[in-house]
Amino acid sequence: MIAELGLAALWLAAALAGLQLVAGALALSARGASLGGIVRPVAVVQGLLALIAFLSLVYLFAVTDLSVKLVAMNSHSLKPLIFRVAGTWGNHEGSMLLWVTIMGLAGGLVALIERRLPEPTMLATLAGQAFVSLGFYAFLLIASNPFERLWPVPQEGNGLNPLLQDLGLAFHPPTLYLGYVGLSIAFSFAVGALVTREVGPAFAKAMRPWVLGAWIFLTIGITAGSYWAYYELGWGGWWFWDPVENASLMPWLAATALLHSCSVLAARNALRAWTVMLGVVAFSMSMIGTFLVRSGILTSVHAFAVDPERGTFILALLAINIGGALTLFGLRARTVTEGERFAVTSREGALVFNNVMLSAILGIVLFGTLYPLLAESMGAKVSVGPPYFTPMSALFAVPMLVVLAVGPLLRWRRDKFSRIGKMMVIPAMLVVAGVLLTVMLGGVPLMPTIGLALALGLVWASVLPLEGRNLLRTPLPVWGMVTAHLGIAVALLGMSCESAFSVEKLVAIRVGETTEVGPWQIKLDAVEPVAGPNWTALEARLLMRYGDDGRVVELGPQSRSFWAPPQQTSESALLTRWNGQLYTVLGGEADAKDGRSRWQLRLWWKPFVTLIWLGGLMIALGGALALVGRVASDLRRIIARDKIEYRRERQGRAGRYS
Amino acid sequence: MSTDSTPEPMRKAPRWAIWLPLALFFAFVVLVSVQLRNPADTNVASTLIGKPMPAFDLPPALPGRPGLSSAAITDGKPHLVNIFASWCVPCGVEAPQLAALARSGVPIEGISVRDRTEDLQVFLKTNGDPYQSIGADDDGKVQLALGSSGVPETYVIDGKGVIRYQHIGEIREDQVPMILGKLQEAAQ
Repeated sequence: MIAELGLAALWLAAALAGLQLVAGALALSARGASLGGIVRPVAVVQGLLALIAFLSLVYLFAVTDLSVKLVAMNSHSLKPLIFRVAGTWGNHEGSMLLWVTIMGLAGGLVALIERRLPEPTMLATLAGQAFVSLGFYAFLLIASNPFERLWPVPQEGNGLNPLLQDLGLAFHPPTLYLGYVGLSIAFSFAVGALVTREVGPAFAKAMRPWVLGAWIFLTIGITAGSYWAYYELGWGGWWFWDPVENASLMPWLAATALLHSCSVLAARNALRAWTVMLGVVAFSMSMIGTFLVRSGILTSVHAFAVDPERGTFILALLAINIGGALTLFGLRARTVTEGERFAVTSREGALVFNNVMLSAILGIVLFGTLYPLLAESMGAKVSVGPPYFTPMSALFAVPMLVVLAVGPLLRWRRDKFSRIGKMMVIPAMLVVAGVLLTVMLGGVPLMPTIGLALALGLVWASVLPLEGRNLLRTPLPVWGMVTAHLGIAVALLGMSCESAFSVEKLVAIRVGETTEVGPWQIKLDAVEPVAGPNWTALEARLLMRYGDDGRVVELGPQSRSFWAPPQQTSESALLTRWNGQLYTVLGGEADAKDGRSRWQLRLWWKPFVTLIWLGGLMIALGGALALVGRVASDLRRIIARDKIEYRRERQGRAGRYS
Repeated sequence: MSTDSTPEPMRKAPRWAIWLPLALFFAFVVLVSVQLRNPADTNVASTLIGKPMPAFDLPPALPGRPGLSSAAITDGKPHLVNIFASWCVPCGVEAPQLAALARSGVPIEGISVRDRTEDLQVFLKTNGDPYQSIGADDDGKVQLALGSSGVPETYVIDGKGVIRYQHIGEIREDQVPMILGKLQEAAQ
């Protein structure tokens, strides 16, 4: 019953999306203008219907209704409630339903509150949003119906894989989806603006909260994903340039560029065509990312949810949406009137530089990710890894970070470097000090040296925009910018320290023996078997002492054997101090020549590695501060507008009756 | 440039630049749709096909049985060299097919990779023993030298010691005639 309700709601939502598209498009012409009034309410109802469909599926998963195929395939009545609920989007069909639900609700919200733009642009925007949604509805209803029934009803569900019962895995995909969907709204705004050629500050201001929101979620998603790979895979690295990682990085790069060009457009009415194109590109990157991950076209360590049929469908959607939008862009870009002019040395100039560099990095990552495909189509098998990605992206990231130090201090339109020269003295000295320090320490490769020095200078430079301001009266968006830029500096510091000063050691020692890594003394106290619900493991008891007089701390890395399916995993054990992390992995048993076996231990001391993720979170926090500031001022404006309307209405009535 | 002059106008992008994103995107779509049609082959084929097998001389894996050397197989007749291990589950799956091939008179030589004598004996007892000789490749070096990336893999070696065919993964029932065909080709 609930399944049929959900399916009916989904069909209705799809039908309303069709209506929203047709009515929105017709209302743009003079004859269909009367249809314009229904577009906004339809968008709201469409979002609510999608929500009803999604909640029905959540309910089916929560009660484990095994007559529904999707539930039977992916759930199990013995799972804890939180994982039964999270299981709703832990599969292809459910995650697509979550996607259209978020998209529908976001579209409804836009329809409900956004009144700054000229009405034709709004209609075109909502029609564009409906067009994108319609593709996903078709995908769901035709190729992956989540409510399909199963007969005969099985006794129990299939999905009791404890490996997937992980809170991180349960909430990681929705975080990224929120990011992707936020970018779909930006995409619709861009399409709407292209259709009516209304590209201006109002457009940028309407689009900005959505870009900011998307960007915050993408930042959190990437940071969390990086930490997950770091502690779960047991390889001691925090970024692998894996296709799936790149798929989440590319929309982030595009969204970062879009965010900055949006600011220029909102404040100065410049960079019009460029901002519109970035709006299209940012969403394209999230769809291309989804496609690359879902179609299994690239070989990745994250091989899940892979199906070439679905790949073809997503590719078709991609081609229609993105190809259509880029064609529209090609036709309209030259007729979008030129924006305001500005000098090279100006805030705009710095932001343009930021945009160009970010786009270059995006291009490099995209090319590196697709290169194996290109090579394979010519008959060669290659894989592209860090030796390509790291230096190539640093080539553009370093100049960008230098400009990041200066840009926020420049004035809009036109400025002189001599005005801000004095402020740059301390950051420049910090950079020099950083270089000297690393050269004196010796043995640090070039890239971490540059990163370290730059990060030290940036820490200082990023807070300079607050200088001379009354901190209590400083607008939240400025706080947000400072926090995010400081976050970049902190993350860069963490990355550079990690690659410059990490100590790695692979030893084979007997129980009772001691080894050293960095400042740590580590004693292998015992190796004991432990058992879990579906695995057995050998756990090493390590006693560790920091320096000569530190307290003794215990850690227990495990080497786990699962039996269904049979699989060996290493459970790393981490110890975090303020100045770094000790990372321990228990390997196998080495040859036992004299009867006393030796154990392989892989140990890393990674100074300041945690700054990488702290920096990531600071970047997201900066975005959140800016978003709160913008939304609060928007709300104040909406309330003021309503008050004015209310007074006018009352005065009008008073006039009539007097 | 002087910062005091009037701001320079942003030069408009040339016409072709406006269409560049679409062109790149179109190239991407073409590339991936071609690739979607031809699913990637994740097997790593040995580059040694058509070349003489590398020289090796493996000690016997079982006491009282012959080991395996490259010279011993170069006797003018085609041989099947099967790389396997007792710890490899699909190796048990292909055992009946190997037995069938052995019954039809194919000389099958085994290379057991990183194995223990006791385990190997148990494995052969449960799955049957189609091998004329079994060499023990305890460090996997010969397996690597042959260009094999996993177990089981099976090579067709002709009478001159040239690798003619590499079969990656277990031999399934319907593949037995194909293997016999390859052996016949190698015999000519």
